[in-house]
This record gives sequence, structure tokens and C-alpha cells, in this order.
Amino acid sequence: MSIWSYANPVKFLALSAKLQPYLWAAAALCICTGLIWGFFGTPDDYRQGSTVKIIYLHVPAALMAINAWFMMLLTSLIWLVRRHHVSALAARAAAPVGLIMTVIALVTGAIWGQPMWGTWWAWDPRLTSFLILFLFYLGYIALWEAVEDPDTAADLTAVLCLVGSVFAALSRYAVQFWNQGLHQGTSIPVATGGRSVSDVFFVPLAISMVGFGLLFVALVLYRTGTEIRLRRAQALRARQERGL
Amino acid sequence: MIALLMRDLRLALRAGGGFGLGLAFFLIVTTLVPFSVGPTPELLSSIAPGVLWLGALLACLLSLDRLLALDYEDGTLDLLLTAPLPLEAAVSVKALAHWLTTGLPLVLAAPLLGVLLNLPPSGYAWLVASLALGTPALSVIGTFGAALTVGIKRGGLLLSLLVLPLYVPTLIFGAEAARRGAAGLDPSTPLVMLAGITLGTIALMPFASAAVLRMGLR
Amino acid sequence: MILSAQNLTLARGGVPVLSGLSFTLEAGQALILRGPNGAGKTTLLRTIAGLQAPVDGTIAGAEDAIAYAGHADGIKAMLTVRENLLFWAQVFGNNDIAPALEAYKLHPLADRLAGTLSAGQKRRLGLSRLLVTGCPVWVLDEPTVSLDVEAVAMFAAAVSGHLAGGGAALVATHIDLGIEAAVLDIAPFRARADLRSGTSDEAFL
Repeated sequence: MSIWSYANPVKFLALSAKLQPYLWAAAALCICTGLIWGFFGTPDDYRQGSTVKIIYLHVPAALMAINAWFMMLLTSLIWLVRRHHVSALAARAAAPVGLIMTVIALVTGAIWGQPMWGTWWAWDPRLTSFLILFLFYLGYIALWEAVEDPDTAADLTAVLCLVGSVFAALSRYAVQFWNQGLHQGTSIPVATGGRSVSDVFFVPLAISMVGFGLLFVALVLYRTGTEIRLRRAQALRARQERGL
Repeated sequence: MIALLMRDLRLALRAGGGFGLGLAFFLIVTTLVPFSVGPTPELLSSIAPGVLWLGALLACLLSLDRLLALDYEDGTLDLLLTAPLPLEAAVSVKALAHWLTTGLPLVLAAPLLGVLLNLPPSGYAWLVASLALGTPALSVIGTFGAALTVGIKRGGLLLSLLVLPLYVPTLIFGAEAARRGAAGLDPSTPLVMLAGITLGTIALMPFASAAVLRMGLR
Repeated sequence: MILSAQNLTLARGGVPVLSGLSFTLEAGQALILRGPNGAGKTTLLRTIAGLQAPVDGTIAGAEDAIAYAGHADGIKAMLTVRENLLFWAQVFGNNDIAPALEAYKLHPLADRLAGTLSAGQKRRLGLSRLLVTGCPVWVLDEPTVSLDVEAVAMFAAAVSGHLAGGGAALVATHIDLGIEAAVLDIAPFRARADLRSGTSDEAFL
């Protein structure tokens, strides 16, 4: 059986209904463990004090903000190539989640940055890139809302996501060129090859990141289900109006 | 293709065509800047390249929602789609017409407005060079935005929301080149990047624009 | 045979409207489409013109052979009649607009701005565009809207001339043009309730 069989909305809904309780539970468990361990079970940083603990919200949210866009890019491509409606609706469902993750990353970053850098906001490349990402999410969601025909909306937003990804990457390099940053290096060891954060901090952070990932998947499955049911209602009504 | 270009240029020049609107907007924005930040010559001269770039960008944006929407309303786009002219060529020509009627006048007017903002003498050449290199990208990217929103009622605001984030790299490199030029530094790196963006968008964006236009007109 | 459509299934907004529709069009033949409002005439004509894809079925011979005229004429108010017509002629690789002006008696109006024309005059200008395209197949959606009796006669003459020259026409109209033409009533091809395959809402039912 191919994975594409789950592109059928009915099968997708059945599977997602089965998976969702486990996902929600696992997400809640991981996030609670990660945050409680992180907030109360780790020592204060010798320079940053207890403010460093916002990292357990900030980093996972930032990670999911970017990964949500990658997921939308992937599902948009699948829609354009294979025309599976579930794929397009999953992209639509992921966008607001990605937007909220971006906002969380920006807000927690500001709260963290205030005591550390003495400012709520700086035009640092990372911060600026996230602000631009936020704008891309807004445009993407607005385009979905504005186009009436659902298939046309799926097509147009998919192309916007593709083109937007190229420009988002370009913007990332452009802002790095434009301003050198204040922001500390990445906290995730695989990205740097070494460790920039000691294990004591990293283990709860990793748990929290897994939790945010699971939360994202659960939210997207839930929201995709809602979108599918909306489309179903719309399709039935349209047929009824034409007396079919 | 030449017929389409000539028609668009002629329409822009006729009464109500909107030629000069962008230019007037550019002038007004530039005159408003000293009112909002104060008349200090040092301040004005340091922000002049950025203000002129931003003004040019907004002036470009202003005329985008007429670019394809008018042709959509009167059915021209449907007919063009069924004509033997490839749609990719048609959108390229429309972008070129937009640049000739909006971008090029802005490039030519920018040095005059630079005087108003006390732009340092070393900056003029680089300002014109960066605008001349960058405004074609603004037109081509804007055409993509216009194509995305063509079937949408009151799509003007949405168009701005979609296009402005796409303008970020062009603005950064363009304004940076102008700023470095004005400060007497070497602007060649951002200029080369800007040229790369412009050439890349001219080569690739018409395909995206034509694709979304076909989707939107279905 | 200039144009043939086989076993078409068409959808509008994801909902199937027509299915199992086939027809062929020979050189010199006109086919009049009839059917109640909302039956799918416009959808069919737009599909034949290539503006949208059929859900199922094939269309042969349409590539670059079709001049389409829909509800809107693509006329720019700020250009003169001559400029409007010349533009479309050039798009189709043609420079001679005199016969088209002649056929719809547009000579007296040639240098007026199209925006100052009456609705019927604009429609005549829109229809004269067909003559400058040089395309063998005309696909026309309600071409006689807002035309007076005299203008309808001009249109009928233009269609007859086109057919005599080896062209073909597919016309959705409710009035009798007075030309010899086959009639295709699309009402029997209305999509059935059990039709699911291929339409975009299929997966959701």
C-alpha cells in the first residue's frame, strides 16, 4: 500500500483520528517535562541568570516556525505535482500554526533580549529574518482567504509558497550581508557540529523541541481535518444547489 | 509583442493612464521626509539614499494594481490567453511597459530629489546606477504580485501585502549600494548582488507570473 | 474536420456541469449551442478556447486555431477604434484592418475613442476583431448581445463569409441568425448526480 492512499480524505481522517489522542498526549507530556525540567531543574546561567530559561520556549518555537514553512513548501509541491487535496489543505492548516510559532519566537526573543542586550528589538539578521518570515505567513494566509474558488486558491498559494521560499532565502542572505548580528549562535548541536550549550541545559531543551514538534503535527492534523470537513460541506452544498 | 508594448505605453500616456502619478508620488514622499525628520542637513544627507530607494519602491507599488486588473476587467487577458502570443512573453512585455512608464522616470528623477535631501556629491552616480539596476526587478516581481491577485475583488491592499516582502532583498542591496556610494565606500558588492537579483527575476519570474495568471483566469 | 471534442466532462468551481458531450466541426460549418441559462454554455466555450481544462475527454484541433469572443470585448476606452483593432490584428500577425472595419461599418467611427461608443457599437468593434485574427475557428459566446437588427445582419454576413472561406464557428446564442447551421442542445448532457470521477470535489463526497 502506498503512502499516497492517505491522500484520500476519508482514509486521512480515519488515520488522523486514530493518531491524534496519542500525539496530543505525547506533546503535552514532552512540553510539560521539558518546560518544568527546564524552568526548575536546571541551574541559572552564570552570565544570563534565570533569563536564560526562556530558551525552552524560544528555541522550539523558532524551530517550528521555520519547519512549518518547509512543511508548507513540501505539501504545496505535492499539491502542484500530484493534485492531492489533502496536501493543499494541510499547507493551509499549517500556516496559522507557523504564524503563531513565529510570533512566540519573536515575543520570547524580545523578552529575553531586553535584559540581555538592553533592548526589546534590534535589527539583527536573525530577528529581521523572522520578522520577514512573519510577513510571508501573513501574505500567504491572506491570499488563501481572498480567493473564492478553493482549487484556484490552493494553486495560487502553492506558487506563492514556492516563490516566497526563494525570496525568503534571498532575504536571509541579504539581511546577513546588511547587518552583523547580536544574536548568539545556534543552540542546536547538530547545526554547529559541536556543543554550544552544555548537556544540563540541552536535554530538557531537546525534550521541549520534540514536544513542540509533536504539538505542531497534532495541531496540523486537527486543523487539516477541519479544513477537509469544510470542503466537504462546501462540495455537498454546491452539488445541492445544482440539483445533483 | 511590440504591439502590446506600444499599446501599453500609449495607454499609460493617454489621459487617465496614470503616467506621472508614480513620479508625483515619489516627489511628494521625498518632500514630506524633511517635515517628518527635521531639516538638519547632516541627518538628511545620511538618510537620503535610503529614503530615495524607499520612495521609488513605494511609487512602483502604487501603479501595480492597474497593471493587470484593468486588462482583466475588460476581458483583454482572456483574449490574450487565447492569442498565439505566449503568456510568458505577454507578462514580460507588460512588466517592461511598467518599468518604462514608472521605473525609468523614477531613475531619472532621483538625482533631482537627491538635491532636496542634501545627498553627498559622490552619491549621485551610484544612486542612479543602483536604481537603474534595481527598478526592473521591482517591476517584474510586482507583475507576479499583480498576476496573483488578478481575479480578486479589491485586491490592491492584498497585492501590497504579498509584494512588499518579496521586495526585501532588492531594497536591501539597492539601498546598500546607494548608501555606500554616498558614503564614499566601494558599492560594487551590493551592486553585483542587485544585478544578480534583477537578472534572475527577469529570467524566471515571467514563468511564475504566467502560471498564476493561467490559474487565476480559469 | 477542423475541431472535434470527444466525451467531454466539464466542471465549474469544482462541480460537474456537463458530461459525455461530443461534437465535431467541419470546415464551412457553424454549430449553434443552445441550452437554458446555467447549463454550461460559457464553460464549454471557455474550455474549447483553452481557458480552462476539461475534467475528462479530449479536444483536437484547437491549438492556435481559435478566435474567442466572450462577454467582454477587450476594448480599451482610451484608444481609438482603429488603434484597438490594429492592436489585435498585430497580436495575430496581421496589419490589414480595412476589411474588418468595412464588414461592421466602423469606418465613420474609426478615429473615435472607444470609450465614447455606445454598447452596440462597442460590440461591433469587438466582433470585428474576429476578422483580423485569421483564425479558422470562431468560438463565440452570446455575440449578439446589445446589437440592433442591422448589426445582427452584419454579424450574420460576417459569419457566412467566414464559413464560405473554409472557416467554422461555434456560437452560443438564443436568436436566429438566419444562417444555415446545425444546432447542439446541451441540456441532455447535464452532469448526472452519480458522476464523481475526476471532478475536484470528488474526494470530499
